[in-house]
Amino acid sequence: MDEPNTDVIQGTLDMLILKTLSLEPMHGFGIARRIEQVSRGVFKVNPGSLLTALQRLERGGWLDAEWRQTENSRRAKVYRLTRGGKKQLENQTADWSRRASAIARLLKAEA
Amino acid sequence: MSIWRQLVRGLRALTNPRAADKDIADEVSSYLEHATAALEARGISPDQARRAARMDLGNATAVREQVRSYGWENVVATPFSDLRYAARRLRRNPGFTTVCVLTLALGIGANSAIFSVINGVLLKPLPYLHPDELIDLNHTAPGVNFPNADPAPFLYFTYREQGRSFQSLGLYQWDSRTVTGLAQPEDAQCLSVTADVLPMLGVQPELGRWFSLKDVTPGSPVTMILTYGWWQARFGGDRSVIGRRIIVDGVAHQVIGVMPANFRFLDRDAAFLVPLQLDRNKAFLGQFDYPGIARLKPGVTLQQASADIARMIPIALHSFPPQAGLTVKVFEDVRLAPKLRYLKQKLIGDTAETLWVLMGTVGMVLLIACANVANLLLVRAEGRQHELAIRAALGASWRDIARELLMESVALGLLGGALGLGLSYGAIRALIAMAPANLPRLNEISIDPAVILFTFAAALVTGILFGMIPVFKYASPRIGNALRGGGRTSSQSRERHRARSVLVVAQVALALVLLVASGLMIRTFQALRNVDPGFDPKDALTLSIAIPPTEVKDPDRVLQLQQGILEKIRAIPGVAAVGITTVIPSSVSAGSDQVYVRGKTYQSVPPLRRLKFISPGLLRTMGNRLIAGRDFTWADTYQRRPVAMLSENLSRELWGDPRIAIGKQITANPKDPWREVIGVVNDEREDGVQEKAPAAAYYPLLMNDFEGDAVVVERTVSYIVRSQRAGSQTLLADVQQAVWSMSASLPLANVRTLQEIYDKSLARTSFTLVLLAIAGAMALLIGMVGIYGVISYAVSQRRREIGIRIALGARRPALTHMFIAQGFVLALIGVGCGLAGAAALTRLLGSLLFGVNPLDPLTYAAVSLGLIAAAIMASYIPALRAMRVDPAETLRSE
Repeated sequence: MDEPNTDVIQGTLDMLILKTLSLEPMHGFGIARRIEQVSRGVFKVNPGSLLTALQRLERGGWLDAEWRQTENSRRAKVYRLTRGGKKQLENQTADWSRRASAIARLLKAEA
Repeated sequence: MSIWRQLVRGLRALTNPRAADKDIADEVSSYLEHATAALEARGISPDQARRAARMDLGNATAVREQVRSYGWENVVATPFSDLRYAARRLRRNPGFTTVCVLTLALGIGANSAIFSVINGVLLKPLPYLHPDELIDLNHTAPGVNFPNADPAPFLYFTYREQGRSFQSLGLYQWDSRTVTGLAQPEDAQCLSVTADVLPMLGVQPELGRWFSLKDVTPGSPVTMILTYGWWQARFGGDRSVIGRRIIVDGVAHQVIGVMPANFRFLDRDAAFLVPLQLDRNKAFLGQFDYPGIARLKPGVTLQQASADIARMIPIALHSFPPQAGLTVKVFEDVRLAPKLRYLKQKLIGDTAETLWVLMGTVGMVLLIACANVANLLLVRAEGRQHELAIRAALGASWRDIARELLMESVALGLLGGALGLGLSYGAIRALIAMAPANLPRLNEISIDPAVILFTFAAALVTGILFGMIPVFKYASPRIGNALRGGGRTSSQSRERHRARSVLVVAQVALALVLLVASGLMIRTFQALRNVDPGFDPKDALTLSIAIPPTEVKDPDRVLQLQQGILEKIRAIPGVAAVGITTVIPSSVSAGSDQVYVRGKTYQSVPPLRRLKFISPGLLRTMGNRLIAGRDFTWADTYQRRPVAMLSENLSRELWGDPRIAIGKQITANPKDPWREVIGVVNDEREDGVQEKAPAAAYYPLLMNDFEGDAVVVERTVSYIVRSQRAGSQTLLADVQQAVWSMSASLPLANVRTLQEIYDKSLARTSFTLVLLAIAGAMALLIGMVGIYGVISYAVSQRRREIGIRIALGARRPALTHMFIAQGFVLALIGVGCGLAGAAALTRLLGSLLFGVNPLDPLTYAAVSLGLIAAAIMASYIPALRAMRVDPAETLRSE
């Protein structure tokens, strides 16, 4: 593989979106850009997957969505974390750290 | 997860897919704009920025589809859009749609209405706690030829003390009591119960308490519980009524409670309840006057409970003394046996059969309606055959086409169902207003979720049922053949016609079954009408009056008061005759007793006979005939002479000839003195015209030494008033005036005309007759429309062929005959199938029929001929059109 894999790790996109939105309400492109920036380009979000995930999270009641004017007078659908979303983020974060540290331990042990 | 939000968003996407699509499209383009702007901000030229952003996003349409594919609504969206497409096509064809929907609405509505009756009457559980444990406690007494013998106090005490199958067990009794001291003297329905009955039902009192063991102990101060309706009507729902004393039959009763609003004991309304005070120490073998109710222990079957009762009957017979003058052996010879059934069974009685027959009937009407709609759909599908074939050729799978055809019929079914539900709502309201055939549990008939579910299911099933026929014919894998056939130029092939012919034959056959059934009911009704009831139901008023001992104590004074009232009523202008009796036709409370003949020896108890106490002149008033001898006189009655009369059938049974009976001596009890038979009266069918006239013994209203009592006077009697004015309010007012001029505290009860009573005994038959006739008429109409449709379609399809034939010199009447013959043959085959079906199915009418054989040849012949004649009429009209075909025009138009 020549190019580095920039796919978001399977099953973590929801958590990344929730985490990003826990800082401030944002629109779809904002979320994609923020994930890319914060991960320093390690992860690049596929727009189709992102918008589908947003739709799913909104239906699930973890996000509220609202059409709003953004800076430079463009319209955008802005997402905000709900209380249920906050809870979900905590659960997923705890779950992820548990699993990530387990993987880290396993890798270390082999080395 | 928020299910609510899922549901709402999904529905929004379903009902307004355009808005949902736009939202997603807007978001995608907004994403693109923001991405472009971000790139521009890095100093990239607008054009390049836009292109880069697009590249990054990929195919915008694909993204939109991807986002939209999330959500449950996508699973249902396909059939939903099919349904909408079907609805749109139906809307474009309003005539066809209206006919189909109306036909189906009639069929489904009738089914939904009858089902709601069945649901309310037969299926719903009784409104008591664990109603499936409640049973009706009854006995048979084959030894005295008695199919029903109610429990007696001595049995009650035995069962209660020694029974193993029952949680609890109680007795009750209905009667009417006179309430005084309120605004007007009132004759009120009263329910007497032992202390076990109310707790057994598992209902709670609205106010106060139930009867305690002390309340039912003889000698305790009498208490009473008011029913909600009477409490509201007489006391305005005053809660301080508890503790009040109310005078019932001259005795002060203390109010201790009020029943809840929805309470009804079995199927009768009462004004109040009183405790049934039974004295165990005075109980004896006899007094089989109290209906019983019991709650089985969980898991106990009716058979086990019956065995338990059968075990206890001999114990009971040897635990209590026999009635004065009788021996234990007499009661053993009666051969008392348990007859238990679930309480619901008792309540429903024989209505179940009628209702299931009606359900079957309306089911057939629905089938006929389905056949008709299927026929119309076939015609439509035939018209679309080309279109369907082209679509199949272009790649539509036959499954797609089948689904589309099916959706159309399902849409029709659902529309018909919705309209049918409305029709059935109206029908039920009308039915309840008519209150037919003593239908039990009428107040529980309503459109509830079960009925709605049934209607929906019926609509869906019928939609699929009649939809399948065109599907099988036109959406089969060999659909492509139609393109080759071309259709237009060939004349009608037999094969194409077959499906519709089969449907029409089925319609005619079903219609014949229904018409035969209604014909048999008409014959039954005629037969019943021709039965001589033994009395004249026209122009006679009946009402009952009870004289309690607290009002008049002395027996002679009671009779004087009764005669005084009789004279006053006779003096009213327009009154032809008045008489007094204790038994009016079809009354539930008819008493019975044995008849012993002097000089005969008895090995066991003779059978029970109907027992009537009557005044002089009653026979003339009722329109009875004296077969032999003479009527009672007032002198017989006042002097308490030992005289009696017998019914004709009883005198024939005992001596073979009514004339021999005169002068013979009989008694109700061997310990009593003998009574001379002075008259024989014609038989009276007083249990309803279907039932055989009971054998009866007649006694005067006042007697010495009857059944061990020194003096007996009948205190609750019915007056029969023969007058042209019977049934009018003015006569009733005059009668009331006459009664009150003799005694101001006597209420009139059970005011009815004999005609009402007589009609009521025909009610089950007339109710079934009316509904069957309606169903039969609907079937006939729909069936004839079916034949008409098939023949006129055949004519229209064969115009070309007809034109050619005429051009070649065919005679026009011959052509007309050809089409009529076609309708005739269809009708003939239908009638043939229908006759076989009717012969098999009318047996189910069973007990609904009277005086007519289920295979009555006259009915079958009349209905068959009528149906064939109607079919010829229905084919004649379109066949005439064949005659008017102008050959030149048809040939030119090709």
